[in-house]
Amino acid sequence: MDQALIKDHKPAWKGGDLPYKASYGKLMMWFFLITDTLTFSAFLTAYGFSRFKYQDSWPEAADVFTHFPFLHGDHPLLFVALMTFTLIMSSVTMVLAVNYGHKMQKKKVILWLSLTIVGGAMFLGSQAWEWGHFIHGLDGVPATLISNPYGMPLFADYFFFITGFHGFHVFSGVAFLIVILINVIKGTYEKRGHYEMVEKVGLYWHFVDLVWVFVFTFFYLV
Amino acid sequence: MANETKGNWWIWKVFWILLGITAFEVALGMIQPAFLIDTQFLGTKLLNHIFIILTLVKAGYIVLQFMHLGHEKKSLKWTILLPAIILVPYLLFIVLGEGAYAYLML
Repeated sequence: MDQALIKDHKPAWKGGDLPYKASYGKLMMWFFLITDTLTFSAFLTAYGFSRFKYQDSWPEAADVFTHFPFLHGDHPLLFVALMTFTLIMSSVTMVLAVNYGHKMQKKKVILWLSLTIVGGAMFLGSQAWEWGHFIHGLDGVPATLISNPYGMPLFADYFFFITGFHGFHVFSGVAFLIVILINVIKGTYEKRGHYEMVEKVGLYWHFVDLVWVFVFTFFYLV
Repeated sequence: MANETKGNWWIWKVFWILLGITAFEVALGMIQPAFLIDTQFLGTKLLNHIFIILTLVKAGYIVLQFMHLGHEKKSLKWTILLPAIILVPYLLFIVLGEGAYAYLML
């Protein structure tokens, strides 16, 4: 036994209790989310660097993303506002699923979890549409990694990289949600006695929404 | 788990707050009020500061309410929040300052 512990007459920690009053799985999800927070912070800060450096030739997002399905003319911000709404809405359905999980109401967890998956899929579809329009470009000049008809090619690089990385998070989130939904339907968590798994995937899903709030601000508003 | 007995009303309250703030941001972004654009503060438009503050308010609601961090133990709460609160402003201070300098040297 450790000499220092014997000297202080303190019993060694034998595990079993939870210093943070959170389970191992939840804690690890939080720690993962911190690392992911720092990753996205680095991306968006790098975007800020380039934007400050090339402020004279940096395109205004309001001039780039002006399309809306089935509508003609310029509608800046409208489509991305709809995408933001979709993601906030799917966050609400997620938190409802978690809430009914606490109450052990399997049918309601299935309902709200399914709606969350629908919301995530809608967001992914919207993003594909947004990318499609951006790549299609202006006056026959496509936006690619090396050319951008709206201004600095770097803008296109950051757009593809950051919204792509976020979109991949959404895609992974939808995949996780589907796995969890199958388990809920099979009754895995009913047998386990708690729906903590829904809570953990919920944390991830809210984080995806959180990142989008920042991407929305720094790509489209600022 | 204080929320177990609270029902669902708080979820919809947070939803309306998030939606309201987003609608307000989009409206500001479409109107682009002249005095908010012409006023410069800390290297950018006043409008951008408003967007950033509103974004942080939204982030607060998502993390503290939806992700339930506001109701976790204090030690856990600060373990999660402090790395971001300390590192991100520091990173912004260094990198954005360098970006502005790189523009002057261009």
